[in-house]
Amino acid sequence: MRQTIVRNVAELPTYGYGPRSGPWWGAMGFMALEGMGFAIAIGAYLYLYAVNPNWPIGAAPPDLWPGTAETIIYLLSIIPNEMINRVAHRQDLARVRIGLIVMSLIGIALLVLRGFEFAHLNTRWDNSAYGSIVWLILGLHTTHLATDVGDTVVLAVLMFTRHAKPRRFSDVTDNVFYWNFVVLAWLPLYVLLDWVPRL
Amino acid sequence: MSIVAEQRELRDDALNGLQLSTRLENLWRTPSGFFGALASVDHKVVGRRYIVTAFVFLLLGGVLAVLMRVQLAGPEKTFLSADKYDQIFTMHGSTMMFLFAVPVMEAFAVYLVPLMVGTRNIAFPRLNAFSYWMFLFGGCFLWISFMLNVGPDVGWFAYVPLSSLQYTPTKRPDVWAQMITFTEVAALAVSVEIVVTVFKLRAPGMTLDRIPLFVWAMLVTSFLVMFAMPSIMVASTSLILDRLVNTRFYDSSSGGHPLLWQHLFWFFGHPEVYIIFIPGTGMVSMILATFARRPVIGYPVVILSLIATGFLSFGLWVHHMFVTGLPQLGAGLFTASSMLIAVPSGLQIFCWLATLWDGRPVYRTPLLFVLGFIVIFVIGGLSGVMVASVPIDTQVHDTYFVVAHFHYVLIGGAVFPLIGAVYYWFPKIAGRMLSERLGRWHFWLAFVGFNVAFFPMHILGLIGMPRRVYTYTADMDWAHLNLLSSAGAAIFAISFALLLVNAIHSLRSGALAGDNPWDASTLEWATTSPPPPQNFDRIPIVKHRDPLWFDNESLPVVAGLSVERREVLMTSLAEAEPQVREASPEPSIWPLLTAIATTVFFIGSIFTPWAVLWGTPPMAVTLIGWFWPSGSKEDEE
Ligand code: HEM
Ligand SMILES: [Cu+2]
Repeated sequence: MRQTIVRNVAELPTYGYGPRSGPWWGAMGFMALEGMGFAIAIGAYLYLYAVNPNWPIGAAPPDLWPGTAETIIYLLSIIPNEMINRVAHRQDLARVRIGLIVMSLIGIALLVLRGFEFAHLNTRWDNSAYGSIVWLILGLHTTHLATDVGDTVVLAVLMFTRHAKPRRFSDVTDNVFYWNFVVLAWLPLYVLLDWVPRL
Repeated sequence: MSIVAEQRELRDDALNGLQLSTRLENLWRTPSGFFGALASVDHKVVGRRYIVTAFVFLLLGGVLAVLMRVQLAGPEKTFLSADKYDQIFTMHGSTMMFLFAVPVMEAFAVYLVPLMVGTRNIAFPRLNAFSYWMFLFGGCFLWISFMLNVGPDVGWFAYVPLSSLQYTPTKRPDVWAQMITFTEVAALAVSVEIVVTVFKLRAPGMTLDRIPLFVWAMLVTSFLVMFAMPSIMVASTSLILDRLVNTRFYDSSSGGHPLLWQHLFWFFGHPEVYIIFIPGTGMVSMILATFARRPVIGYPVVILSLIATGFLSFGLWVHHMFVTGLPQLGAGLFTASSMLIAVPSGLQIFCWLATLWDGRPVYRTPLLFVLGFIVIFVIGGLSGVMVASVPIDTQVHDTYFVVAHFHYVLIGGAVFPLIGAVYYWFPKIAGRMLSERLGRWHFWLAFVGFNVAFFPMHILGLIGMPRRVYTYTADMDWAHLNLLSSAGAAIFAISFALLLVNAIHSLRSGALAGDNPWDASTLEWATTSPPPPQNFDRIPIVKHRDPLWFDNESLPVVAGLSVERREVLMTSLAEAEPQVREASPEPSIWPLLTAIATTVFFIGSIFTPWAVLWGTPPMAVTLIGWFWPSGSKEDEE
């Protein structure tokens, strides 16, 4: 088939931020399906809650302090996270490096706290259906937390190598975006796990 | 150093014709050799593998179907034991649903969608390769287990408590549950790729109302996958945890609930039917337009129907649970919505019939399969409206009436369009035509064989034959109809052998197809058959819904992309305005290694919970290898 060139795109940039970049949309897609996973798990929790006359089953509600401490750290972490977003857009390599190290440390701290949270659930996964669903939900979120922390650490290392090219800053902003999802997903789970059994 | 920098300035507007093609081909081709093939990230290579693999599973599932029909051909046969029969119907259902029907639709999308939207590769090509490996390993895992006599035997729905440790202490349900995770990971990955490809990689000018209907169908399907499949993953993971580490999700003695399984399963299982059916309708729309020689009438109606079907399909899962004793009001509501879903499907059928009526149809094999689809699907839809009503469902639940109904829907709704699609797109994929004569034989044998096999099952169900029984006694009077059904199944099976013969013959010595043998209107026909690694030498610009029918003199195209690095053109969501020239990943072995690590993790965890610990580091390492940007041209200077 004959072709007629009617447009030249040579001047377009080779990377973009946010909705102009492919990985951003990929992250959106995964957040949608992971969000659905959380919604289903919450649905299962509420279903078991509804069919059981006693809740929590044979256990005290979780101790409040680990979950609450995490929630506070999560909320505060949004500040450095958003700062990374800004400096990444400005392609300020030095500050991006600092920011990624800070976020890695925050993530590791949260993982440690998560260990305490499991220990203070006051139920085991094999005690009852209540124990099972609580462990499942917390496990599900911990998987997200751990992968995001892993991702952040790798990205931090990357930014100290020769691969710290301009378009990597776009990856950094996607990482910022995904962290916000991890935080946002935690908030309803905190209410569900720590407060619903106290109703 | 300076040479590299100089070359990086080289753009496709500096080259033309053969020079450009050769250069792009070298840039985009799959590396040669065995390891090169394993590293391929070309959506066409992956798509072809995906399609072939899914058809192999169709063959395997079909062999099992024939075995069942042999066993049921007469009363009190001892061809299969009760035990074997359980395994076989479970393997048949699981293979057909998880390893054939869903993957084959995604496989076609992986191959076709990038071509149809006029781009050079799918979004996230490495994820795509990973998805294929996961599908392959999950399928092999299931079938090897079956061969080793540890295959599942609790139905493709694995209802608890039957699938609980207490009633099935073998590893069989674990194999099933883990196979689910494999295939769902694969399906979810493809859906995200398809959504992003359709949203961001469309050719300039392909606005939302110029997207080909098959692409629309796959977009809706991808959203269904993204919202339905997490449910089955949560369900099957909970099942396997119950079995392996003693959680209590489904254990009613500790606050768990077996009905939780059914809710989670059918919240996925009902949309699943539409995940299979909606791509089929997309194929139908494409084939119909080409052979009716006019655009599908009611393009916006078809799209709205697709979207409405998608939404409604989530509201319906409860109709699979009518006999579990639901509140009266709930049952009424679900009956109503189950019947409501017939409306959008009906609208689409009217649009298709109007298109045929108004067009100048050419009755080639693909169109015959579409007509067969319409007939069979309408019958399946009618029996569906019947079982959507609670009193009728209470009567025929778990009888052969249901088996007849869902095979009419699944085979009529998906397999017939799919076979039509094979005849339609084979020339594009293979570069050669299939034999029309064999194709017609295939169609008529399939159509007759199918109806002879499955229509009698309606009657068998009404006169009381339950499903999932491995035999029956002579005094039941079911023998004649069963024999008839088995004969039909044999004819149906033989008809598929014709397709195989046809394909092999055509690959060797079929007529060359040329770019656009059917004179179709969409972009996949604007390139050679089979398409070159880069798909298009220059990205087309779309000005009409049927570009090749309106721009048939000369295709408007874009220039200015690099010929030194793999680049795809990203466009805006609604208007498809060019925005970014984004890098597309190079071939890589890491997706395969990641899939292997994941497989070890998944299978290991059936046998020891410790696999979660020692299985994670290899996964992490391979993932880092995957994402580490070495080998990317931009990072090499
Ligand atoms: C050669 C064509 C086919 C034949 C002869 C056939 C036959 C059968 C038979 C005899 C059963 C068992 C019924 C029972 O004992 O309850 C069955 C079940 C089933 N079939 Fe097919 N089938 C065919 C193709 C398909 C296809 C293409 C699909 C899906 C796309 C499919 C999906 C299923 C499912 C989901 C079940 C239920 C299995 C279960 O109860 O666990 N079949 N089929
Ligand atoms: Cu249904």
